[in-house]
Amino acid sequence: MPSVSMTVNGKQVGGEVESRTLLVEFLRNQLGLTGTHVGCDTSQCGCCVVHVDGRSVKACTMLAVQAAGSQVTTIEGLARNGQLHPVQAAFREHHGLQCGFCTPGMIMSAVDLLQHNANPTEAEVREWLEGNLCRCTGYHNIVKAIMAAAADMSGHAKAAE
Amino acid sequence: MYDFAYHKPASLADAVKLLADHEDAKLMAGGQTYIPTLKQRLARPSDVIDLGAIAELRGITEEAGGVTIGAMTRHGEVAESAVVRRVIPALAALAELIGDPQVRNLGTLGGSISNNDPAADYPGALLGLGATVRTSKRQIPADQFFTGMFETALERDEIVKAVHFPRPEKAAYAKFPNPASRYSMVGVFVAKTGGGVRVAVTGAGQSGAYRWTAAEQALAGNWSPAAIDGLTVDPSGLNSDIHASADYRAHLVKVMAKRALAAAG
Ligand SMILES: Cc1cc2nc3c(=O)[nH]c(=O)nc-3n(C[C@H](O)[C@H](O)[C@H](O)COP(=O)(O)OP(=O)(O)OC[C@H]3O[C@@H](n4cnc5c(N)ncnc54)[C@H](O)[C@@H]3O)c2cc1C
Ligand code: FES
Ligand code: FES
Repeated sequence: MPSVSMTVNGKQVGGEVESRTLLVEFLRNQLGLTGTHVGCDTSQCGCCVVHVDGRSVKACTMLAVQAAGSQVTTIEGLARNGQLHPVQAAFREHHGLQCGFCTPGMIMSAVDLLQHNANPTEAEVREWLEGNLCRCTGYHNIVKAIMAAAADMSGHAKAAE
Repeated sequence: MYDFAYHKPASLADAVKLLADHEDAKLMAGGQTYIPTLKQRLARPSDVIDLGAIAELRGITEEAGGVTIGAMTRHGEVAESAVVRRVIPALAALAELIGDPQVRNLGTLGGSISNNDPAADYPGALLGLGATVRTSKRQIPADQFFTGMFETALERDEIVKAVHFPRPEKAAYAKFPNPASRYSMVGVFVAKTGGGVRVAVTGAGQSGAYRWTAAEQALAGNWSPAAIDGLTVDPSGLNSDIHASADYRAHLVKVMAKRALAAAG
């Protein structure tokens, strides 16, 4: 069996995997990082989004061996010193979730957006979430939370209401 | 997914050799089509050859007035490229419309055209711009590259290296996406080039992307949306599925062509 090593949430990790092991399976089953969810088998729902070398990808549509040597960040790696990431805090504040199943993917996707576009318009946020499906919220509060996080992170006084 | 042996060659020569040595080996680029296929057990390769570590397959360069894009260049890189935006903005705009951000972060130009999904976007751009596909063996003009639904002129042991796109005078792409999958139900790429007018239709044809020659003739002397008013699109040969009937796709071909022409100016 191939062995892989990569950096996950700042820690060097490794293990034996089958070639066919998906990155999401490695994260969940071998590393116990169950915050990354699997919501479909057609690469469409976005519940499994993580960052690989700084960009958001679907961990269900990447092999663990493909990510060998990469820097991977999952939802568990966002908080710093017990402080929620501003996007996580905004989802809580603005009720950006109901059942929470889509939330890790939504947040990882949103963090990628804000890293590349610090002040997106509402239309840009909605377009960006093309690959993230939510069965509960109707998206409205998710968009509101991301707009608020953007304002918060770029130090704007005006919080989205 | 069935298991397989995984290879990640560092050079094109090594990848070609691996393909030659393993009869049931398959190439993988961004995996955005191939991994879902493997997950559904629709393919059972003995070996998977990941092209992700081959530096010579990546990158965007300005060449002979046009742009050359390496096979492993991600859709997102094309969409964001300052060179592509300046030289062929319609191509950057098309890349931005593919799938969703996460698909664009991994999916590649070479993977998209080698797969030749009839609903894929890039085949429309290659045909519309009269691009040339450069492979490990030869150069193939776009008009000869796409040979049918999920079929190309590629041989089993041939690898796409890059695509060269000449610069058009004017060009635009208009896409009617499937609201669920984002693939094109119909996409039309129009271009006014030194060699004449080209109109390519993707998403609609049963045998993949094709050129709409009647529209090209109508536009040759009159580059404007009104020039194709008198044309009708024959629905025979167009896809009919749960997403849209052939009649509806035929209607959309003309509507999207007019929108593309209006956008190209
Ligand atoms: C949710 C979702 C939405 C999508 N929406 C769209 C859309 O709107 N429009 C669109 O056009 N596409 C869409 N796609 C497909 C996406 O663009 C894929 O990235 C693309 O079709 C295949 O590229 P890839 O790099 O992922 O190739 P892979 O999946 O890795 O490979 C595809 C095929 O090409 C072969 N191949 C790959 N590279 C080469 C090469 N260099 N030489 C020879 N053969 C090669 C492989 O052997 C394989 O058979 C979508 C995909 C998903 C999952
Ligand atoms: S689990 Fe649905 S896209 Fe990955
Ligand atoms: S909160 Fe339930 S799926 Fe989004």
